[in-house]
Amino acid sequence: MIRFSATLRIALRALRRNKMRSVLTTLGIIIGVGAVIATVGIGNGAKAQIEAQIASLGQNVILVFSGSITSSGVRTGWGSAGTLTLDDVKGISREIPGVIAVSPEVRTSAQVASGNQNWYTQVLGESPEYFDIRQWPLVVGAVFGEQDVRGANKVAIIGKTVANQLFGGDDPIGQIIRVRQVPFVVVGVLTPKGLSVMGTDQDDVIIVPYTSAMKRLLRVTNLRSINVQTASANLLTSVQKQIVDLLREHHHIGPGKDDDFTVRNQQEIAEMATAQSKTMTILLVAIASVSLVVGGIGIMNIMLVSVTERTREIGIRMAVGAHARDILLQFLAEAVALSSLGGIVGILAGIGTCKLLPFLAMWFPVIPNVPTLISAPWAIIAFLFSAAVGVFFGFYPARKAAQLDPIEALRYE
Amino acid sequence: MTNTVIKLEDVHKTYHTGEVDVLAVRGVSLEIAKGEFVAIMGASGSGKSTMMNILGCLDRPTSGRYFLDGVDVSDLSREQLADIRNQKIGFVFQGFNLLSRTTALENVELPMLYSHDHLLSHTAREKAIHALEIVGLADRADHHPSQLSGGQQQRVAVARALVNQPAMVLADEPTGNLDSRTSVEIMGVFQKLNDEGITIVMVTHELDIAKYTKRNVVMRDGRVVSDTPVAARLNAMDELRRLEREHQAVQLTP
Repeated sequence: MIRFSATLRIALRALRRNKMRSVLTTLGIIIGVGAVIATVGIGNGAKAQIEAQIASLGQNVILVFSGSITSSGVRTGWGSAGTLTLDDVKGISREIPGVIAVSPEVRTSAQVASGNQNWYTQVLGESPEYFDIRQWPLVVGAVFGEQDVRGANKVAIIGKTVANQLFGGDDPIGQIIRVRQVPFVVVGVLTPKGLSVMGTDQDDVIIVPYTSAMKRLLRVTNLRSINVQTASANLLTSVQKQIVDLLREHHHIGPGKDDDFTVRNQQEIAEMATAQSKTMTILLVAIASVSLVVGGIGIMNIMLVSVTERTREIGIRMAVGAHARDILLQFLAEAVALSSLGGIVGILAGIGTCKLLPFLAMWFPVIPNVPTLISAPWAIIAFLFSAAVGVFFGFYPARKAAQLDPIEALRYE
Repeated sequence: MTNTVIKLEDVHKTYHTGEVDVLAVRGVSLEIAKGEFVAIMGASGSGKSTMMNILGCLDRPTSGRYFLDGVDVSDLSREQLADIRNQKIGFVFQGFNLLSRTTALENVELPMLYSHDHLLSHTAREKAIHALEIVGLADRADHHPSQLSGGQQQRVAVARALVNQPAMVLADEPTGNLDSRTSVEIMGVFQKLNDEGITIVMVTHELDIAKYTKRNVVMRDGRVVSDTPVAARLNAMDELRRLEREHQAVQLTP
């Protein structure tokens, strides 16, 4: 058995002799691995971004939407029918174990004004629990309390965008804003949350007690949706099912009839949002893998040429006592060294592409500026795969070398 | 421990090429003792190359027995033959067969790479340097074959043949690619090694080269036709001195 270090040394020396050829041969692997690393980096970056947005929904959240109206064939979308009531909210919070917070929600868009400034924004009616559910603390001020809800008091908490638009740099606390001519006192400003999964500005919002919104702004008695928080993530599915059962009972929906509401938990929303980017990543990785296979064929081709060129060398080695296995290992080591060096360079190239992407996006507007996240497991997988490509495609040439007849090989010109 | 290095018993070798069977070797029996210096001679087609391949354990006889250093190697497997070549035979070829772009020292180390002793790299280096010293090339250890003359390359090949202390050195037309003066030099190296007790078997078709050996075996049509000790054996050192004198004489003549 020929020693491992000696085999590796011989392999590397053989590759050094034909530098240009070695570089060109590994190019396929470099491009393949580089493409895999870069695509996975971009895919992971997109996924992380979406996950961060999902997390901004809050923790362990279930959203219950009221059903849609279908009138003359026109369906109006979730929440429009107003099939949810405050009784449903009471039922959920009292009867379902594992529920730790519930916030009924109504929503409208309205022109709001303060002093000589005005702004068009979303107005949400919520309970004080809403800020816990969405893990959305205030920068200044305090959340309205239960007595504000009971009294349908005219108090409002505003998002950062609204604060900037209406008050600029001034302190908004204690200021009056008029929503549809109803004056509300600003009691707090929310911390900025940024863009939502859908790409809307989550900070462009005014939140008032749901009672105030229902009685003073919308004059309705039903809800658009209900936000529910469970004690832990593994309760999400069971609580979701219990909510469905409870609401069907409350709404007197017989077996076989469709729900007049929709329940989504956070995991489902996350899965829906990431499914598309996942599909895209898988597709791109598949394409990149094709390049790895093509690179492998290139290695096989060059190794076959190398075996023919070095027939005499093989003969000499066999004459002085090399076993077929020694020759096999020598050429296999060469192929694997080629492919795994290509793998290493490819990983570096992929990481480099990820790092360069923001700059490329700056210079060429065609390239989207997406966040990237380099994945260590994928780098290891790509490296091992490139080494495996070397073993797979190097085996046939190496076996061909090992099976040479020493007499023929020595005579080869 | 026998004193016989090579013992051939009625060795035949037949090649099946297409429709015609080529009887390359047809019943050769031969014994070569330790310390001998034998030339196997013959014209092309006489079977001497086939003999060389069989003696070198590169090929197996079709029938008959071949004992090398007391071991019956007639029926060994490919891998076992490789080990025999590594341990018991040192090859010297007509075309030198050194690895190009590899230093002389590394060329000499090559057989130790495939030996089962698992020598430490510095021990292997010492042995290789010692072998190069024997052939007088220790100062060229880090030269590549392309930087060496033909005679020097053949000396490196001889050093490589010696490095594993084989039972015999097997030389295939060792002077075929060399000019006459360098040929004599190489024969000088062989004579010196033989004087130190190393068994040498040389295949050649050159009569004057065969005169430096101790015993000439002549083959024709796959059989041994004569096996005689060399009567008027040439001494390479004397010959070199004679060539030197003649060279000077030519230069002195106006």
